[in-house]
Amino acid sequence: MADLDTRSEVRPPGPLAPYLAVIRSRLRAQRSYRTSFVLDLLGSFFVGLTEFGEVAVIFHNVTILGGLDFHAILLLFGLSNLAFSLGDMIFGHIDQIPTYVRAGTLEAFYLRPQPILAQLMVSDIQLRRLTRAGVALVALVAGLVLNDIHWGAAAIGLLALSLVSGVAIFGGLFVWAGALQFRLINGAEVTNSFTYGGSYASAQPASVFPTALKLTFGYLVPVVFTAYLPTLRLLGLPGPAGLPSWLAWFTPVAAVWVWVVALVLWRDGTRHYQSGGG
Amino acid sequence: MRRNLRTLGLLVRAGFRRESTYTLAMLAGLFTNVVFGFIRSAILFAAIDSAGGQLAGYTKDTISAYVWLSQGLIGAVMLTGAAEIGQRVRTGDIAVDFIRPVDVQAAHLATDLGRAAYTLIPRGVPSVLVGALTVGLVMPTAALPYLLGAVSLVLAVTLSFLCRYAVNLTGFWLIETRGVTTLYAVTYGFLSGLFVPVHLFPSWLATVAAATPFPSILQSPIDVISGRVVGADALRVVAVQVAWVAGAVLIGQALTLAGRRKLEVQGG
Repeated sequence: MADLDTRSEVRPPGPLAPYLAVIRSRLRAQRSYRTSFVLDLLGSFFVGLTEFGEVAVIFHNVTILGGLDFHAILLLFGLSNLAFSLGDMIFGHIDQIPTYVRAGTLEAFYLRPQPILAQLMVSDIQLRRLTRAGVALVALVAGLVLNDIHWGAAAIGLLALSLVSGVAIFGGLFVWAGALQFRLINGAEVTNSFTYGGSYASAQPASVFPTALKLTFGYLVPVVFTAYLPTLRLLGLPGPAGLPSWLAWFTPVAAVWVWVVALVLWRDGTRHYQSGGG
Repeated sequence: MRRNLRTLGLLVRAGFRRESTYTLAMLAGLFTNVVFGFIRSAILFAAIDSAGGQLAGYTKDTISAYVWLSQGLIGAVMLTGAAEIGQRVRTGDIAVDFIRPVDVQAAHLATDLGRAAYTLIPRGVPSVLVGALTVGLVMPTAALPYLLGAVSLVLAVTLSFLCRYAVNLTGFWLIETRGVTTLYAVTYGFLSGLFVPVHLFPSWLATVAAATPFPSILQSPIDVISGRVVGADALRVVAVQVAWVAGAVLIGQALTLAGRRKLEVQGG
């Protein structure tokens, strides 16, 4: 794996080689400043911990929230945060587009013979997010152990499906954000409402939401599919009006919806962009 | 002295005017604040329902005031760790600040106070209004909480800046401050009462929070403005804020002095 150079002398590099080379260089770069990297890992770990702390503080005061008890919330929190932190690790830096635009570094991506989105995706994968994912994984495993789940092929399949689709949904939302920023630039913060806002909403029992929020985060920015619906399904709970728990099986459909919108917006954004000649 | 004050006054105005040019950014920030406000009020309303109508002295109306005030103040007290001064330390531009005939800490504070004052117009007030018009909230009807609240708010913004200033000056020694500023922002967000009011914390966590300046940055001004604390209690909350501000000024000055000695500038 470390001998990309020698291998490329033997046969021409495959289509993925440039991406792998970039990813490898990014991973090496992030680890080369040791202290800084350790602090980054620690920072991201604390992000996960305080996200969980927030839930724990609420449950210090009440025993049930939106029909879920603390054990069920562990499952909800774990699913939502694991999917989000992985999605964020792979796609999160795409919403830094205004920085690239201001610095004039975006042009380089246009000049290379690979899709811009794919290049951006691998350009800055953030290893530090792994510690946050670790916190989420612990919560998820605790949730899976502590709850009375009827284990079988269906439960395992649903869990795997939810995680993969969840990462895709959050990743896709970051692409929405990045694409919209070609047009927004200074107004980029508005996209936090569905990226970080979506992540926040996805970790809550959606039954507490007023109808407008339920519909928004259920169907428009479908983050309810990443954790709440799968949690209900795994626990055998029916779900509130408008969000029946059998919808949990349609999580991939939600992911496809997010990515169709993402690619349409991305196409619009990259075509709209006019270089300042930087 | 008088000339110094005049300079600082001009810097406050400059900060205010600079911020006022980013109207679109402000509206974007407001939109995001409002979305989070809706989610947070839904969760806390559900918690209050689940607790039987009252929780740590909050009812739905008063916790709603807390949610929307805190969303409205995010722009002013800046819940991030990074600050412009950190970038100036990294690039060496800080050397220029040292040459100027005003105190570096005071000058940056003045600009930040101006910036924060402007954010109240497009973010602070509209956020509370949206909360009042949609989910409803209760604010005091007397004038005193607002007057003392204004004092508390200025102290909060000052303290928020001074803490960020000190954290960013660690760049003199660390070079890359992202880890430190992230750690700071996370602790700050949690212990200041941004996600859940400090009054809902279990007692050990409340003790931890009270040992930090963070509640004085967000929970305190909200408590004073919303009338949760009144009379002598309110004055005590403000006195604690004053003490933290004094401490943060001293730490910032010490770091500035030490950093100035550490700084090496190559040529021109």
